[in-house]
Amino acid sequence: MPEVIAADGALFENRWVVVERPAEGESLTIPEGQAALIPADLWLAGYDQFAGREDIGVWFDSHDEPELLAGKAQELPLIAVNFPRFVDGRGYSIGRLLRERFGYRGELRAIGDVLLDQLQFMKRCGFDAFVLRADKDITKAARCLNFFSQTYQAATDTDQPLFRRRAS
Amino acid sequence: MYVYDEHDRQIARERVAQFRDQTERALAGELSEEEFLPLRLQNGLYVQRLAPMLRICVPYGMLRSEQLRRLARITRDYDKGYAHVTTRTNIQLNWPNLEDVPDILAELAEVEMHANQTSGNCIRNTTTDPFSGAHLDEIADPRPYCEIIRQWSTFHPEFAFLPRKFKIAVNASEHTDRAAIRVHDIGLQMVRNSAGELGFRVHVGGGLGRTPMVGPVIREFLPELDLLTYLESIVRVYNRYGRRDNKFKARIKILVKALSPEGFAEKVEAEWQQVKDSPTRLTPDVVSHFQQYFTEPDYQVLENATDTLASLRFDNRQFDQWLTHNVASHKKPGYAIVTLTLKKTGTPPGDVTDYQLEQIADLADEFSFGEARATHEQNIVLADVRQDQLFELWQRLVPLGFATANLNTLTDIICCPGGDFCALANAKSIPVAQAIQDRFDDLDYLYDLGPIDLNISGCMNACGHHHVGNIGVLGVDKRGEEFYQVSLGGSSHHDASIGKILGPSFAQEEMPEVISRLINVYVDHRTEEETFLDTYRRVGLAPFKEKVYA
Repeated sequence: MPEVIAADGALFENRWVVVERPAEGESLTIPEGQAALIPADLWLAGYDQFAGREDIGVWFDSHDEPELLAGKAQELPLIAVNFPRFVDGRGYSIGRLLRERFGYRGELRAIGDVLLDQLQFMKRCGFDAFVLRADKDITKAARCLNFFSQTYQAATDTDQPLFRRRAS
Repeated sequence: MYVYDEHDRQIARERVAQFRDQTERALAGELSEEEFLPLRLQNGLYVQRLAPMLRICVPYGMLRSEQLRRLARITRDYDKGYAHVTTRTNIQLNWPNLEDVPDILAELAEVEMHANQTSGNCIRNTTTDPFSGAHLDEIADPRPYCEIIRQWSTFHPEFAFLPRKFKIAVNASEHTDRAAIRVHDIGLQMVRNSAGELGFRVHVGGGLGRTPMVGPVIREFLPELDLLTYLESIVRVYNRYGRRDNKFKARIKILVKALSPEGFAEKVEAEWQQVKDSPTRLTPDVVSHFQQYFTEPDYQVLENATDTLASLRFDNRQFDQWLTHNVASHKKPGYAIVTLTLKKTGTPPGDVTDYQLEQIADLADEFSFGEARATHEQNIVLADVRQDQLFELWQRLVPLGFATANLNTLTDIICCPGGDFCALANAKSIPVAQAIQDRFDDLDYLYDLGPIDLNISGCMNACGHHHVGNIGVLGVDKRGEEFYQVSLGGSSHHDASIGKILGPSFAQEEMPEVISRLINVYVDHRTEEETFLDTYRRVGLAPFKEKVYA
C-alpha cells in the first residue's frame, strides 16, 4: 500500500483500506484482520456494531454531508474525505466543518485525486494525512505543503486572520 | 492607495516561487495539462487562440504611476508593446511566452502587483466605482472594504476550487451604480440603516453568460463588521451545494434560483449564525487600519474655476465637448474627475500601447497625485485633477487619442477581445465595434442621441456584458459562419435589467445599418427628456423589430 504523508511531510505506513460503497442490494464486506474505512452513512446505520471499534473508520465522498455524523465524529479513530477529482473543492468545506464545527481531533485523511499542489490548501482546512495519487512524486510533498509561510485568512490551522495578527 | 507591508510582500514572493516551481514541473511533464490548467489560470495565464494570454490583476482598478510604467516595460520586453484593459478592470497581455510568465510575475511583484485569481473557478478581482473617494454621492469610500475582501479571498484554502468563477463588486454611490453590482455573483451596495450605521445590502446570484440574471437581495442590511463572515457563509454554501455536473449550470445564480432567493438566504443565515462571532469578524480598528491607506490626497484649498473654464469653452468647441462629456464633478471645490477614453475609432476598445501607458503614468504624476484607475467600461480615470489644469491636460490628451469626447455615448463601446484573440469566441467583436464607430463619427449627433450603452461580446461568456447593454450585440456561430444577435433594453445600473433579443441574427456587414435603424426608431419615438433606454421601456421591442426587419 502507498505510504501516507503527514502534515509535516514525513511519511508513514498506511494500515487502512478503503471499503467502497457496496452496489445496490449488496451488503458491506469488511476485510478480516484489517483496519477499514467504510462509507460514513453505513457506519452510522451499523452504529451498534461499529461504535467504539478502533479498526473501523469512515470516509466521506465529496457530496456527503458531514452533518450526518454531528456529535459522533469524535468517536471515530480516523475520518477520510475523498476528492473524486482534484477540481472538486467540496472536500475542503467538509474538512473545516469536521474540525471546526464538529470538534473532530483524530486523523483527517485526504484520499482520491490528491495531488501535490493542493496539499497546502488541504492542510489549512484541517487535513493532517494525505494519500498522494500513486503517479505523483511523494518526495516533493514536504515542499508543496509549505509553499506559503504567511496566510491572509483564518482557517482550521489558525483562527486568527492576518488582520488580527497584524494588529497584535 | 493600499501599500504592501512585510506580510503582503512575503506572500507575493512566495507566490512567484510557487508558480515558478509549478511551471517547471509542467514543462518537465510532471504535471499534465489538466492538472496545470487551474494552477496557471489562478495565476492569470490562459492559452488562447494565438498565444498565451496573461491577465494581470488591478485590484478594484487602482494603479500607481510606477505600476503603469512597469506594465509598459513588461509589454515592451515580453510582449508586442500593447495591453488591453478588461471589463474586470484588469490588464491583459496577449502574447507572452509561457516560460517567461514566472519572470513577468516577479517583475509585477516588485511593484506590488500580481495576476492572482484573475481566472479559474475561484474568487476573482473585486471591482468598484472608479470615482471612489472623489465624488460627492458616496456613502463611504468602498476601497478599504475591497482591499479587505481582496486579502480574505487571496489563496482562500477552502474556496480555490469552487464550482465556477466567482465575482464580487461593491458600490458606494446612492444614486448611480458604476460597478454593475446587480450582475455579479455577489453585489454589495453600501448603505446606512435608520440608526446611521454603515453596512451593505447584499445581492446574490446576478450574472451574465448563458443565463443572465439580475441578482436578488438576500439581506437588506449587513453591518460592516460582519462583511467577511457573511461572505464566507455565502461562498461556503455555494461551494457545498453549487452544481458541478454541468459547467453551464454551475454559477451561483443557478443555485439561488433553484433554492429561491429566500431559501438560499436561509441556508446562508444558518451557516452565518455558526461563524459570525469568529475572529474573522472585523473590528473597528481593522477597518481603520485599511481606511488609512485610502485617505484623501493632499488637496489644495481652491475655488471652482468656473469663469476660466467658461471662457476657454467659449473659445474652443472641442474642449467644451470634452468637458461636458468626459469630465465629472468632484467632491472638492476646484477639482474634477477626468475619464481618458480608450475608444478612439480605429483602435480596439480598451487597448493601450506601452508608450500610452507611460504617458498615462506621467499625466497621473503631473495632474492627479500619481494615481489612475481602470474602469469596467475599459477606460482610464484620473480622479483628482485641478480644474485650472483641465485645459492643459486636455491639450496633452488630444494627441494621445484619449480625448475622444464620446464617454457614455453610442461609440463608447464595451467590447471583449473577441475572435481576433480569444479561443472561446464564436465571432469577432472588435471589427464590429469599429464599423459602428465609423458609421457614427459625428459627435454632435452622438450628443443629441444622449447616453447609450452599446456592449459587444464575441460569445455567450459575455465578457463584453452584452446582456446589460441598452443595445447588446452577441457573436454567434451559424454553420461555421459568424453572425450577430442583437438585444435591447439591458442596463447595468441601479435599474438593472437584462436585454431582450430582437430577433434573427445579422451578418457582420449588416451591423452598422442595423444599429442605424435602431437609433432612428428611438429618434422617431422619443419625447424630449427620454434616453434610448427610457424610450425602449415605454414603446417596447415591436417598433424596433418592425423597422430593422422591414
